[in-house]
Amino acid sequence: MQQSTMQNSTMNPSTTSDTILRLRGVSKRYGKLTVLDNLDLDIEANEKVAIIGPSGSGKSTLLRVLMMLEEIDDGVIDLDGEPLTHMSVNGKLVPASASYRSKGRRNIGMVFQNFNLFPHMTALQNVAKAPIKVLGLSKQEANERASELLDMVGLSDKLSHFPSQLSGGQQQRVAIARALAMRPRVMLFDEVTSALDPELCGEVLNVIRRLGSEHQLTMLMVTHQMGFAREFADRVCFFSEGKIVEQGTPEALFGAPQHERTQAFLRAVTEAI
Amino acid sequence: MSSKTLFDWQFALEIMPQLLHAAMYTVGITCVAFVLALVGGLLLALLRRSHSRMLSWPATAVIEFIRSTPLLIQLYFLFYVMPEFGLTLSALEAGTLGIALHYSCYVAEVYRAGLNAVPRGQWEAASALSLSRWDIYRNVVLPQAIRPIVPTLGNYLVAMFKDTPVLSAITVVELMLQAKNIGSQSFRYVEPITLAGLFFLIISIAVSLLVRQLEARLRLP
Repeated sequence: MQQSTMQNSTMNPSTTSDTILRLRGVSKRYGKLTVLDNLDLDIEANEKVAIIGPSGSGKSTLLRVLMMLEEIDDGVIDLDGEPLTHMSVNGKLVPASASYRSKGRRNIGMVFQNFNLFPHMTALQNVAKAPIKVLGLSKQEANERASELLDMVGLSDKLSHFPSQLSGGQQQRVAIARALAMRPRVMLFDEVTSALDPELCGEVLNVIRRLGSEHQLTMLMVTHQMGFAREFADRVCFFSEGKIVEQGTPEALFGAPQHERTQAFLRAVTEAI
Repeated sequence: MSSKTLFDWQFALEIMPQLLHAAMYTVGITCVAFVLALVGGLLLALLRRSHSRMLSWPATAVIEFIRSTPLLIQLYFLFYVMPEFGLTLSALEAGTLGIALHYSCYVAEVYRAGLNAVPRGQWEAASALSLSRWDIYRNVVLPQAIRPIVPTLGNYLVAMFKDTPVLSAITVVELMLQAKNIGSQSFRYVEPITLAGLFFLIISIAVSLLVRQLEARLRLP
């Protein structure tokens, strides 16, 4: 019954046109290897963006940079018009302090390929911990919020289970609930179904579908699931060698890719299926 | 004289109170010193892992220096040499502090192994939730780092306990020195030394069992 409500909610027009994330000239290098190459990107509030491309093209690095798990070497990232990785001191932009970063981070949530749940905490504790420690919620408030969220991802009967007692799909749903508990405005999904057995992907994608339709959330997802990207995203960005080679609506990008590299990639992906 | 048995039970009973009293010291010193070593070791391990070289380098130097010199020399320094520099400690203080410092350097390396074994993804997930560095250590990383090292920490507790006789070198009257004193006064060594050995054996085994229970209780489903 959850399935049916989600099927008809795939069209999700974003009505606002406020830019929530703005990247200008963002570069990230590991030694001589340039992973993000002078990247410009604007993300609208409430927009659903799918990021596709060959491995090593910088897709995951983009998310990790937005989450500030990696420092950028060049460029500026703004969240809601405020610099995210830098702060202004006497009119000059300098790398942000830990506390400044922490404030910006609260607006962004991330779900990882390998779940990264805390193995020594129950599902409920996994979700409730950060709201208690960071947002200062009482234990009771945080637990209520956590059980609501776990209910939303269909795990109301697993509150006191430890991660090791859950399937991969269930773990990933806990991880989604955990990120949502901080009430972020932007959610980053980094290949969230890549570590899952195929039959478990659906339950996770269903949760993401529902999030997209029922909540005001900006969502960026790196994915290899072209079918899902096509159905879910407002915009698809094709990455190659640290650059956005081509972007557009799913219809345009999958239907009539303009760039040679996009065509080659999509051909290789469809052949693999 | 030929009637004298190898082990005189009467004499053993007579010296028991003295030995038990000294044994209390041994156990007390071990408990206090081990708690200090657990705290000091954690501090050293965290400093050694620090990104700042100003912190990590001195911590590394202290750990390697202390681990590479004998406990006995360190105790002599604390008790006999430090007064020259204005730091006078009682034998008990110097002994407890010395053995705590010595073991904190071993314990630091155990912590370090435990901390290194926590996957990077745990740090990343916790950082992505905006948890502070302190909260990440306290709530996410340490609980995962400590579980697998509990048996090793237990081994060091037993090792430290068995090392307390070294403190007799700086006149701390622990179990072994008491046994030796009884021996030199009565010219009977068999009973006091045997009893002291038995006492070490019993306590060591008890501690091992307790550590195993703790380990089982901490085990995750």
